[in-house]
Amino acid sequence: MRDFISNPWPWYVAGPLIGLIVPLLLLVGRKRFGISSSLQHACAATAPCGLDYFTYDWRREGTWLFVFVLGVLVGGFVAATAFADPDSYIKISDATRADLTALGLTDLAGLVPMEIFSWSGLLTLPGLAMVVGGSFLVGFGARYAGGCTSGHAITGLAELQIASLVAVIGFFIGGLCSTHVILPLLL
Amino acid sequence: MRERLFSFLVVGALFGIMLTKSEVISWFRIQEMFRFQSFHMYGIIGLAVMTAAISLLTIKTFRIRSLHGEPIGLPTKVMGPVRPNHLLGGIAFGLGWALVGACPGPIYALIGNGVSVMIVALASAVAGAWTYGLLRPRLPH
Repeated sequence: MRDFISNPWPWYVAGPLIGLIVPLLLLVGRKRFGISSSLQHACAATAPCGLDYFTYDWRREGTWLFVFVLGVLVGGFVAATAFADPDSYIKISDATRADLTALGLTDLAGLVPMEIFSWSGLLTLPGLAMVVGGSFLVGFGARYAGGCTSGHAITGLAELQIASLVAVIGFFIGGLCSTHVILPLLL
Repeated sequence: MRERLFSFLVVGALFGIMLTKSEVISWFRIQEMFRFQSFHMYGIIGLAVMTAAISLLTIKTFRIRSLHGEPIGLPTKVMGPVRPNHLLGGIAFGLGWALVGACPGPIYALIGNGVSVMIVALASAVAGAWTYGLLRPRLPH
């Protein structure tokens, strides 16, 4: 059983399980699945600065989500310790491996390329652009679009909302641009 | 209230385990997706959407109540009609997603996985959300 959990889960197992988070949150507490709101609540709680967007009762709106994302963090820790993957490499396709090597990445072990996603990597231009710049755009764009992968791509699409489909198309326009134009310039 | 918060913690932890074991928190998997070199990410998102859609339909059809016996008033069309912000915000999000290789959920899960530099990513994502709050009146919506 433990081996079964520890090995990477195939897409046809992981997909339905992730989808079940949507009804689980409704059943447990009538909450709509969407994670990027936690970023807005974090601003409202720490630095509202009189801005309309952050002036609301964040304790009432956001406490459940703060607890939920704390759970996500704990879940990541549990998965990494109790159910650690016996293989240290993510089994990405050979084509991706070749592309990334051609871009100049040398260490493809682990969840992320450690030459960039480390404290020393942070002080390089690619590290700064990818870790700081990338996540800044993630936070900015998710709130501008009204949701991220969870709120738009999973919940919104499941609710058959056209606005979410448009947002997901936007995710791909931006993602393709970063992958094929910006990354080759950075790396 | 306290036991209710505890259940959000448990569901969150389950989600964190799923995100990690399905490898969707991996920068490498996001690169593979945006290069169309594997079905992995598409299979996961596609099946997640289908499962969620069927679940929502079931809850609606059978008027299933929450564990605490309250009716689940399903919000419909919370996103409203299509507006420029959906596309423009989506593009900004996508530009960032492919660079950092993680959307908000995976940022939390990666911190739990011991990728400590993602704490900086979380702070920067909050700064991004704050900047949106500041510029909101001047951005097209």
